[in-house]
Amino acid sequence: MNAADAHLISQHLIDPVICIRCNTCEATCPVGAITHDDRNYVVDAEKCNSCMACISPCPTGSIDNWRTVAKMKTYSIAEQLTWDDLPEPLAADALAENGEGTSIPAAQILANNALNAPSGALDFSSAALAAGAANAYATAQYGATVAPWSAAHPYTHLYGAKAAAPFIAATVTGNVRVTDAGTDYDTHHIVIDFGTMPFPVLEGQSIGVIPPGTDANGRPHNPRQYSIASPRNGERPGYNNASLTIKRVLADPTGKSMRGVASNYMCDLSVGDQLKVVGPFGASFLMANHPKSHLVMICTGTGSAPMRAMTEWRRRLRNSGKFEGGKLMLFFGARTKEELPYFGPLQSLPKDFIDINFVYSRATGQPKKYVQDAMRERAADLAKLLVDKDAHFYVCGLKAMEEGVIYALRDIAQSAGLDWPAICARLKQEGRMQLETY
Amino acid sequence: MSTSINYSEKIPNNVNLNEDRTLQRALEQWQPNFINWWDEIGPTGAQDSEVYLRTATSVDPAGWAQFGHVKMRDYRWGIFLNPAQENRKIHFGDHLGQDAWNDVPGEYRANLRRIIVTQGDTEPASVEQQRHLGLTAPSMYDLRNLYQINVEEGRHLWAMVYLLHKHFGRDGREEAEALLVRRSGDENNPRILGAFNEATPDWLSFFMFTYFTDRDGKFQLCALAESAFDPLARTSKFMLTEEAHHMFVGESGVSRVIQRTCAAMNEMKTDDVSKLRAAGVIDLPTLQRYLNFHYSVTIDLFGADESSNAAAFYTTGIKGRYEEGKRTDDHQLRGQTYGVLEVRDGKLVEKQVPMLNALNEVLRDDFIKDSIAGVGRWNKVIDKAAIPFQLTAPHKAFHRNIGALAQLRVSPDGRVISENEWKANHDAWLPSEADRAFVASLMGRVDGPGQFANWIAPPAMGINKNPVDFEYIRFN
Repeated sequence: MNAADAHLISQHLIDPVICIRCNTCEATCPVGAITHDDRNYVVDAEKCNSCMACISPCPTGSIDNWRTVAKMKTYSIAEQLTWDDLPEPLAADALAENGEGTSIPAAQILANNALNAPSGALDFSSAALAAGAANAYATAQYGATVAPWSAAHPYTHLYGAKAAAPFIAATVTGNVRVTDAGTDYDTHHIVIDFGTMPFPVLEGQSIGVIPPGTDANGRPHNPRQYSIASPRNGERPGYNNASLTIKRVLADPTGKSMRGVASNYMCDLSVGDQLKVVGPFGASFLMANHPKSHLVMICTGTGSAPMRAMTEWRRRLRNSGKFEGGKLMLFFGARTKEELPYFGPLQSLPKDFIDINFVYSRATGQPKKYVQDAMRERAADLAKLLVDKDAHFYVCGLKAMEEGVIYALRDIAQSAGLDWPAICARLKQEGRMQLETY
Repeated sequence: MSTSINYSEKIPNNVNLNEDRTLQRALEQWQPNFINWWDEIGPTGAQDSEVYLRTATSVDPAGWAQFGHVKMRDYRWGIFLNPAQENRKIHFGDHLGQDAWNDVPGEYRANLRRIIVTQGDTEPASVEQQRHLGLTAPSMYDLRNLYQINVEEGRHLWAMVYLLHKHFGRDGREEAEALLVRRSGDENNPRILGAFNEATPDWLSFFMFTYFTDRDGKFQLCALAESAFDPLARTSKFMLTEEAHHMFVGESGVSRVIQRTCAAMNEMKTDDVSKLRAAGVIDLPTLQRYLNFHYSVTIDLFGADESSNAAAFYTTGIKGRYEEGKRTDDHQLRGQTYGVLEVRDGKLVEKQVPMLNALNEVLRDDFIKDSIAGVGRWNKVIDKAAIPFQLTAPHKAFHRNIGALAQLRVSPDGRVISENEWKANHDAWLPSEADRAFVASLMGRVDGPGQFANWIAPPAMGINKNPVDFEYIRFN
């Protein structure tokens, strides 16, 4: 626990403008933290343990408000009872001053804002973890190793160390930053062209890029693998090209500063530059093609690349009339809205074409929310899809997400009275549960 | 008894329905009649729409609100009771301190059945009253809220029908059938309570109805949630969580109408009613008249101010007071008094009567306090727009049709007045035909995502953290 943890808390508050004083929260709270007078309903920071039991029964949404405050300076019940509006969130410098004379660096406060926002999902998955401790999670138990029956036949390993040609030279024909400048997130949409050389790819496949130069030991770099973000007939239809979604890596997984060799190389490429590519790779995580197939796509960050590819291919099919009611459902998690690649274009897709659920784990002033939270909210729809033989599940993104997603599906199935072990065995066997996490 | 709901059964429930085959069969026979009722008299023109509805998958907080697009006809109506409290004791009336009842005591059977039937009758009635509103919804968001209310009123009917089937034998089954046969506003076979035979002609009436009349539901359910008859208490508690949404729709709906009107008043720099009406917003005096009407009609629902039935319900433990468990008196009330109104020398004065006989008035006064607090919140919206106008709840003797005040003419400020003065002011105090015609003229359906009729402001936030322009209904 750092200094900020010790002095800051995320205080649960109720918005008096939106609250209708229906007493549901007070009746629900298992620890008696909520009370009221003739004016307001308020939460006692001393008693509230952020169990989130009051959140979903609230009919108004007024219950779901949080403010980071110094532990010694929480808003008292007496003070809350006089409010007509919620106070503005405190700025980092004001918070530091409030910390009872203890100096708290602003950066720690910001980190704490993110860490401390309570989440039902967090609680839930830790409970799930505890419950399943005897039976630790293993990808192999759930993820398919075969492609769906209607997937197109993939070509793999056409270029690489063991192939006839060690690599293929591709030319950069586009490199656009897709997240706003000025944020910490620098994600690029990069289009590469293979000229007249064959390089057939399918949605869900990946390619390898060999960064130039040598590693610390003087050996050539290993290829880095990236999912194709474009559909099978090219980013620009009819051209021999493909696109990639690449996030510039500036820190290692522990948060230490570290420039990722390949991602920085890729993000800095200019139009016209040549690069060495190997692949294609992947014979399982492939798109179902039959026109009634439903695609449930669950991703975080650049795990959106194959989802974008599949969505775009479906969109092109739909525009040409080759579509028969297969549904697309997307759960897309990012830390903030600003971090979402393709945010704009995805938002403008027709809603009857794709059912999009964006989730932000670190949006300012909001409790953390993960893809699995959004999935639980959509339990009724997902439960139907779990038993639909035409439904295919694709999960791509950070490793940490995979387990939460699988457990969310398990809980949804069990709440709906479904036989989860039978369902997941069948999904795996039929190539309808594709997991690609890193 | 588990908190999770078995959705693999024909009737979702958390009462182990499959262990009582007779009951299960009886309810399964009632179910198609319910669906027929829904098809016949439920929301019009919505059969194919997929509505973003909240469905409970368990009665604990985690499963309480599951959202998804479903056709209303496919909504999983079922039987959900709050978890039983171990060794629950009766906490008021003559049986104070005894174990709560899991079955109906023979001597209270008639009264309990009557209370359950009266409560149950209001649920389908409001669906019937509101069935045409979908055609004039001011937005997709509001239409979704209407439909959510409709399916939940349907579920409340289920809740009461379960009690009738489970605990009242053949009489109960007959009453459950009759609940599907009576019709709101039908001269030959009306719903039991007067207010539930009034049409809900427009969305302003709907918002006022859900604010005031569903709040009556809240107070009745709160009183029943205290009942010595434990299944009734537990089912009422679960219904209250749903009822809260209905009051939210009313409170926020009226609030948004006020917000829009105030914005127009400030844009046009006028409080001239005719100019505001020409601009297509509902002027504040009209809102006041609608408020007067719905408030007065609703407080009649609490019944006569002095009632020996109310006393009997309390002393026998059938129905408690609002927040009975939080009160600190002796919970028997013998020898205590309460003030009710009567007219003496042409003036309203309070007289003290035995509290047990005045329990309808006690509940009415609790309701009034709760209602007026919300009117205060509406006034904050007007204050924020810096407009010198305040909405007020009329005097509780105004426009009454039940109890000792029924035959009186009383002004909104509580003066007993002559028939002539009443007639002269009727249209200033209650919505006139012209007011209703004007409000009706504004009603036209707006149903694109994120679009709102001119007379109402968008809500502050969407449902379940979705954006306001979310596609809450998929029209198929």
